[in-house]
Amino acid sequence: MTGPEVETTYREAMRDAIREALATDDRVIVLGEDVADYGGTYAVTKGLHEEFGRDRVRNTPLSESGFVGAGIGAALGGLRPIVEIMTVNFSLLALDQIVNTAATLRHMSGGQFHVPLVIRMTTGAGRQLAAQHSHSLEGWYAHVPGLKVIAPATASDARWMLPTALADPNPVILFEHNALYGEHGSIDPVGGPVDITQAAIRRSGNDVSIIAWAGMVHKAMAAAAVLADQGVDAEVIDLRSLRPLDADTLAESVARTHHAVVVDEGWLTAGLNAEIAALITERCFWTLDAPVRRLASAEVPIPYAQHLEEHAIPQVDDIVAAVNRLVRDGV
Amino acid sequence: MTGYELKGIPAEACRDLLRDMIRIRVLEERCAELYAASKIRGFLHLYIGEEAVATGVMHALDSDDSVLATYREHGHALLKGIPATGIMAEMFGRSTGCSGGRGGSMHLFDAATRFYGGNAIVGGHLPLAVGLGLADQVAGNDRVTVCFFGEGAMAEGEFHEALNLAALWNLPVLFCCENNRYAMGTSLETSESQVDLALKAAAYAIPAWSVDGMDVLEVARATKRARSMITGGGGPVFIEFQTYRFRAHSMFDPDLYRDPAEIETWKERDPVVTFAGWAIEQSLLTGDDVEALWDAARDEVTAAVIAADEAPLEPVSSLLDHVTATTEEVSS
Amino acid sequence: MSVAPEQIEYVMPSLGADMDEGSVIEWHVAVGDRVARGDVVARVETDKSDIDIEIWRDGEVEEILVAPGRLVPVGTPLLRLAASGEAVAAAVQPDDAREAVEAGSDRAPDTDPDSIVTPSSRPPAVVRSGTGLWATPLARRTAAEQGVDLTAVVGSGPNGAIRRRDLPAADGAVSSDGAPPAEEASAEARPRTRADRMRRAIADRMSQANRDIPHYFLERQIDVSALMDYLGRVNSDVEVADRVVPAAAFVRATALAAARHGELNGHWRDGAFVPSGAVNVAVAISLRGGGLVTPQIQQADTVGLIATMARLKAMTLEARSGVLRSTSMGAGSADPDGNITDAADQASTITVTNLGERGADLVHGVISPPEVALVGFGRIAQRPWVVDGQVQPRHMVTATLAADHRATDGATGSRFLATLARLLETPEEL
Repeated sequence: MTGPEVETTYREAMRDAIREALATDDRVIVLGEDVADYGGTYAVTKGLHEEFGRDRVRNTPLSESGFVGAGIGAALGGLRPIVEIMTVNFSLLALDQIVNTAATLRHMSGGQFHVPLVIRMTTGAGRQLAAQHSHSLEGWYAHVPGLKVIAPATASDARWMLPTALADPNPVILFEHNALYGEHGSIDPVGGPVDITQAAIRRSGNDVSIIAWAGMVHKAMAAAAVLADQGVDAEVIDLRSLRPLDADTLAESVARTHHAVVVDEGWLTAGLNAEIAALITERCFWTLDAPVRRLASAEVPIPYAQHLEEHAIPQVDDIVAAVNRLVRDGV
Repeated sequence: MTGYELKGIPAEACRDLLRDMIRIRVLEERCAELYAASKIRGFLHLYIGEEAVATGVMHALDSDDSVLATYREHGHALLKGIPATGIMAEMFGRSTGCSGGRGGSMHLFDAATRFYGGNAIVGGHLPLAVGLGLADQVAGNDRVTVCFFGEGAMAEGEFHEALNLAALWNLPVLFCCENNRYAMGTSLETSESQVDLALKAAAYAIPAWSVDGMDVLEVARATKRARSMITGGGGPVFIEFQTYRFRAHSMFDPDLYRDPAEIETWKERDPVVTFAGWAIEQSLLTGDDVEALWDAARDEVTAAVIAADEAPLEPVSSLLDHVTATTEEVSS
Repeated sequence: MSVAPEQIEYVMPSLGADMDEGSVIEWHVAVGDRVARGDVVARVETDKSDIDIEIWRDGEVEEILVAPGRLVPVGTPLLRLAASGEAVAAAVQPDDAREAVEAGSDRAPDTDPDSIVTPSSRPPAVVRSGTGLWATPLARRTAAEQGVDLTAVVGSGPNGAIRRRDLPAADGAVSSDGAPPAEEASAEARPRTRADRMRRAIADRMSQANRDIPHYFLERQIDVSALMDYLGRVNSDVEVADRVVPAAAFVRATALAAARHGELNGHWRDGAFVPSGAVNVAVAISLRGGGLVTPQIQQADTVGLIATMARLKAMTLEARSGVLRSTSMGAGSADPDGNITDAADQASTITVTNLGERGADLVHGVISPPEVALVGFGRIAQRPWVVDGQVQPRHMVTATLAADHRATDGATGSRFLATLARLLETPEEL
């Protein structure tokens, strides 16, 4: 079912998705620090506690491991919790619950239990939040079997990936880039859940495949526009799902463009970018006309000062330069 | 052999309590033997000496209650209703194991009896108990979630987060601390600033007290009381069961950190032996009755071992099964 | 019986039950050496002692695989041999040999089985790595599919690496699944290379011109002796690289003449001549690899001789290095990729073709539509010419005009050539 598109923001789209979940499924509860009166650190859940009550939009104390674990237990007990963690940096306090418990329960119980849980958290830099609120660690989660990891980059995906994630019988980690909340976009208000395992080609092109996710999708799109003026026809792939990776879409694109640039806001060393580059090399080796290139953040904790932060993370100009070098010079 | 008092426990329950302690004892002793014979691998943690805790608690529960335990959970699993065949086959790594050969000794699971493991991250399952309690509270049922953990878990942050959440939200969770005095090789005195564990738990505004964990009647009585407090809407309860493991932490542990005399002292309070003696003394059971319980337990475990040994291995083709669930699997 | 050479890897032998590894101290053979069964090929250091090792097959050493001093496990290939003759002993995996010895069998170390292993499943080497030939995987695969010898290709990538564009058939020959794209399979005559595409574009354009334009041709011999003297003076104290050549004067003169004879400067569009306000002179430049391009000098009548020369030089350089932008191309001309540019506002309005010093004497050119005139210059040569009643050797050039009879008549063309002649004969006016 489709309807006329409406203009909204990423934040509102995510809130609409959560509101719909609360309204249509009694099993859904929202758990997290300051999700009620405060409205969520990024105001995503603002007002929902008034609509649905404090039992269903439930503030938690500052105990990430505790309330993430409670979310897992509640999922085991038949609820469909949406757990909000303020940032991916804080999620490390709950890493035990996510990696040792949520991801393993189904397997180590021989398939008897499943954990239908959505954990939302922000990721990414760009707001001068320095080294304990700005990192992009989604690649760590993408490493773990038993989890699904998604990163909606558009308002439409913010609206329609959540219902699919909630319907999934597995723990789904949903990353929201903190720079995207104000991003405008048009969504189909009655669009319905979408496949969350497939990458999306945001821009078609023939000369190079730029692979990005979350906040980097928008920089890749901006770079592609600049590149078009310079005579380079770039394809931009929004991964959307970080686990599982949509290897087929990547391979199909790169086999066509013969060039690939992976743009990762995380660090280079042992990053998700490396996984993607390796995957492309394995799948597309004989169609590559240049090495796979990776752009990632500088190997430094994200600094506070604006100019330093800007230089630490990949920018549009960096993408343009890297693509030009790759396509024109083969390096 | 005195000290046991029925005080509200029906006399006819004693046979069941003794039977179950014996079943655990026999199961665990056979496990040790099978480990030496390389039939069981991985880590193996035995419950010998602590049987009164699981037995007393389990007898006070409703069959629909949820139970979470540690990696020293064979006895809990057995009394929750997982057949010895399923437990033994799991430790043999067989297809018929209660976790399909994926879990082993430390990860026994059973959805049918609401047994949520078999958890081997110390403290990690306490928040889960909170979540299960939350789900029950939302559902509005009378179920209680019972969470066993060792005293070592009380040094973990997750213990504190979990107790705080459970108290804050007034959840139906019974926290059962099996204080066997050693976290692996680290004694309580060397790891906790406050060795009065009930006092520590009480800091979260939770009713908390300490019980002799070698006295199965005392354990059952305390659990019964706690359960009724919880189902009465009083929120979570914490009980410390003071107990002792007679064997080393695991099979690969030379037990260098304990004085053999200390072990011998505790063995004088062997919960199985003393309770059997008391029951005979009180004429609740005869010597033949007790011997019959031992025989029955041996038969049960022997049958389980034979079945496990004959059970098929999981096909390697199933290696990637049960990593993520499909909607169809879950709804079927 | 003749036996075809067989590639053999000679491995580190097991010389005793307790030998697990060894290192070559010294090679006694080099690549290209002939060896015979029983020859000592190297001295090997083991835990116990240094031992000469002998080879078990005749043949020629193709490659030494392990450098002296490197400790390697038993069974590691040490050298590659193009073996001739028959294998004397059955090939046995070294591990088998070791097991036999270690198991305490009565085989003494000196009866060790032949430790030469015949690789049975080695795929045929297509391009050996480490040969110094750099090529991308796509280039390698494309070359293999099209039978192109990569060693004959000059690469444009880093370190001279060959990329797909460096191959003669650099046009989407490889699709994602390795099969040619369907559209290409059906377009049987589709040009496959850049040169092919350009040829095709020129062919289409010139065919159209010849079909649609009723050409008329005029020619005039012009005495350029004064011009040559003038250029000699201009160039006298100038670096070689900055010298002005006659072609620049031809372009300049054409531009000025076209400005004065507007009937020839413009475009034939929709059945009528449209004069152009600007004089944009396209210059035909032939490419070394065949084909030609026609970059233009915009508003050439306002560009002086020296500047015209500079533009000509730059254009030639660009054209021949293939970096010309389509916007700098003449009207209706093909860019290096065979694309036709025809932007009305920037289109060239007249074309000059200059055959140069080693060219023909004159050229009857084909007009490049939608232009209506093309001016050609043959080679400059000394010829007898009557000046002031006397036959003198003069530098002469034959200028030709190909013009569109729909737009002008011969009289107009004649006047244009007369102006052109006068300009070239009085070079100071340039």
